[in-house]
Amino acid sequence: MALLEIDNLRTQFFTSEGTVKAVDGVSYSVEEGETVAVVGESGCGKSVTAMSVLRLIPWPPGRIVGGEIRFAGSNLLELSEEEIRQIRGRDIAMIFQEPMTSLNPVLSIGLQLSETMIAHMGVSQGAARKRSIELLGMVGISEPERRLDQYPHHLSGGMRQRVMIAMALACEPKIIIADEPTTALDVTIQAQILELLKNLTRDLGVAMIIITHNLGVVARYADKVNVMYAGRIIEQGSALDIYHSPKHPYTLALLNSVPRMDQARAAKLDPVEGQPPDLSRLDRSCAFRPRCRFASEKCNGEFPALEEVEEGHFSACWNADNFESAPNG
Amino acid sequence: MYKYIIKRLLLMIPTLLGAAVLVFFLLRLVPGDVCEVRLAGTGLYADPEEVLLCQKNLGLDQPLMVQFWDFIWGYVVFDLGDSMWTGFPVTHEIGLRFELSLQVAIMATFVAIAIAIPLGIISAVKQDTWIDYLVRAFSIAGIAMPSFWLGILIILGLLISTQAVFGDPWMPPIDYVPIWEDPLRNLSQLIWPAVATGYRYSAVATRMTRSALLEVLREDYVRTARAKGLVEKVIINRHALKNSLLPVVTIIAIEFAFLMGGLVVTEQVFNLNGLGRLFVESVGNQDFAMTQQLVMLVVIIFVLTNIIVDIFYAWLDPRIRYS
Repeated sequence: MALLEIDNLRTQFFTSEGTVKAVDGVSYSVEEGETVAVVGESGCGKSVTAMSVLRLIPWPPGRIVGGEIRFAGSNLLELSEEEIRQIRGRDIAMIFQEPMTSLNPVLSIGLQLSETMIAHMGVSQGAARKRSIELLGMVGISEPERRLDQYPHHLSGGMRQRVMIAMALACEPKIIIADEPTTALDVTIQAQILELLKNLTRDLGVAMIIITHNLGVVARYADKVNVMYAGRIIEQGSALDIYHSPKHPYTLALLNSVPRMDQARAAKLDPVEGQPPDLSRLDRSCAFRPRCRFASEKCNGEFPALEEVEEGHFSACWNADNFESAPNG
Repeated sequence: MYKYIIKRLLLMIPTLLGAAVLVFFLLRLVPGDVCEVRLAGTGLYADPEEVLLCQKNLGLDQPLMVQFWDFIWGYVVFDLGDSMWTGFPVTHEIGLRFELSLQVAIMATFVAIAIAIPLGIISAVKQDTWIDYLVRAFSIAGIAMPSFWLGILIILGLLISTQAVFGDPWMPPIDYVPIWEDPLRNLSQLIWPAVATGYRYSAVATRMTRSALLEVLREDYVRTARAKGLVEKVIINRHALKNSLLPVVTIIAIEFAFLMGGLVVTEQVFNLNGLGRLFVESVGNQDFAMTQQLVMLVVIIFVLTNIIVDIFYAWLDPRIRYS
C-alpha cells in the first residue's frame, strides 16, 4: 500500500465571483522514500493540492469538498482538528516557497526549530536545542550554535530556506511537501538547496512531494511526475516517460518552452501560447482545448479521463496516441 | 542602547525649547491677563492703577523677551515660579494633584489593557462570528459614550444597587487620600474613574488589536506555524500576538500621555482634584505661569512616553535596533 494516497480530491474556493474549482478530482500516490513531482503553471492547483493534504486551506474562502487522502491507514479529511495537528510537522512536514516571510521575524531561529520537537515529541528544552544544532549542521549551516540565538533577518534567503528544511526534518517525518522551495532564491542557490533536499530525503528515506513549475527540477530529482492543468492531473508517469515521450499536448508544449541540455543550442524555444483558463468558468470539456495545437472535433465533448496509454503512463487526452509526441520534433 | 537613551534624552532639550516658545507666545496672544481677570473678571469697573500695580507685582509689565527669559532661566535655577492666581509655588500646586492624576492614568491604562488585549484577540480569532460582533459592538459603544456620562452612570448604578442590596446607598469617597495612607479607601475612590476612562480608552485599543492580529494571522509565518502542528494557543500567543502589538502599544502610550492632563470632565464628575481641572482653571484665570508649566509637564510626559515606546519596540521586534 502506498504511503500517501490522494483520491479524487476536490478543493474549491467560494468567492464573490463564483466558485473556483482549484483542485478538481486529483488523484496520485506517494510510495515510501520516493520523490513525486507536481508540475504546472501558476494557478493550476498544485499548491492547493499540497495544502489540502495537511488541511491548511484557509476557510473562508477555501474548502475541501470531496475525495479522500489516505495516510497511515486513516483518511486525513476525516480526522479531528487535534488529530490532524499531530500529523502536521510530525508525519508530514512542509517547506514553503517564500523563505523570507515563512519564518517568524520576532522569534529566534532556535525557538522556531525546537518548538516543533517540543510540541510533537515532548522533549526538553535542552534536548531540543541540542538536536537543533545537529539539524542546522545537517543542512549545511556554519556555526550552528551561534545561529540559534539569531533572528531570521540575520540570515540570507538561502540560509533561511535551509532553516526551513531543518525545521521540516526536525521530527523525522515520513513525507516532506516542498512547495516551490527554490522559486524565490537566486539561481545559484536553487541548485544547492535542491541538491541538499534530494540528498537528505534519500539518506533519511523520507518521501518527498516537490511542487514546481521548473521541468529541469523534475528531470533531475523526481521519480514520478504529475502534470497538472486547470485543477486536474492531465499526465502522470515516471520522469523518464514524461520527458521522452509525453502523451499530452500540454506536457509537450511545456517541454518545448524550456531549453534542454540534450538538444542543439539552435533549437527554438516555443512558449505555451495563450493564458490558463479562469477556474471559475470551466465547461465540461478539456480545459486545454483553446490552447491546444492538436485539438480535434472530439475535444469539444466530455473531458477526457486519465487513461493508461503505456504501462504506468497515464494521459487525459483524446488524441494521446495520435499526435507527434517527440519534443521539439 | 544606553547611548541611544542618553541621546534621546538630550534631544528632548530642543523639543522642550520649541514647546516653551510656542506656549509662551500663544498664551500672550489672548487679550487680557490674570490681573484683569481678577480685578475686572465679573465685568465691574477696575481701577487701571490697581491693574497696573498688580501687573507690576507679577512682572507682567516687563517686555515680553524679559519675561520669556525669566521663564527659561527658571529651568536652569530650578525655580518654576509661583502661580499668578494663588501665589503658591507652581511645583506645590502641581505636586498636590500630580499623584492623583498619575494614579488614575496608570489604573485606567491597566483597565484598558486588561479589556483590549483579550477582547481584541478573541474578536480576531472568532472573526465574523457573533462573539466578534458582540466585542465590536462593545468597543463601538466605548468610543461613542463620553466617559463622564459613563462616570455618572457608574455613580448612579453604585447608589441604586447598593441601596437595593444593603438597604443603604454607598458612594465612593469624595476626598482623596494617597494610596500608601489608606489603600482601600484610595482604590475605592479611584477605581471608578479609572474604569470609566479605561473603558473608553480600551475601545480604540481593542479594535487596533483586532485588526493588527487579523493582518498578522494572514502572514506566511503563521501558516508555517500551523504546518508545524503547533496548538492554536501557541500560534496566537507566540507567533501572532508579538507581531501585532506594535501599533497597539503606540495607541496605548499616546492615550496614557493624554490622560495625564486631559481628564477634565471626568475629574469634574468624580470630584477629583487632578491636573485636568487645574489646567482648565489656570487657562480660565489667565494664569500664565501655571499654564505654561502645566503644558511643559504634559510635553515632557509625551516625549518620555515616546522614548519608552521606542525602547519597547526594540524589545518586541528584534529587527529594530537603535544606535
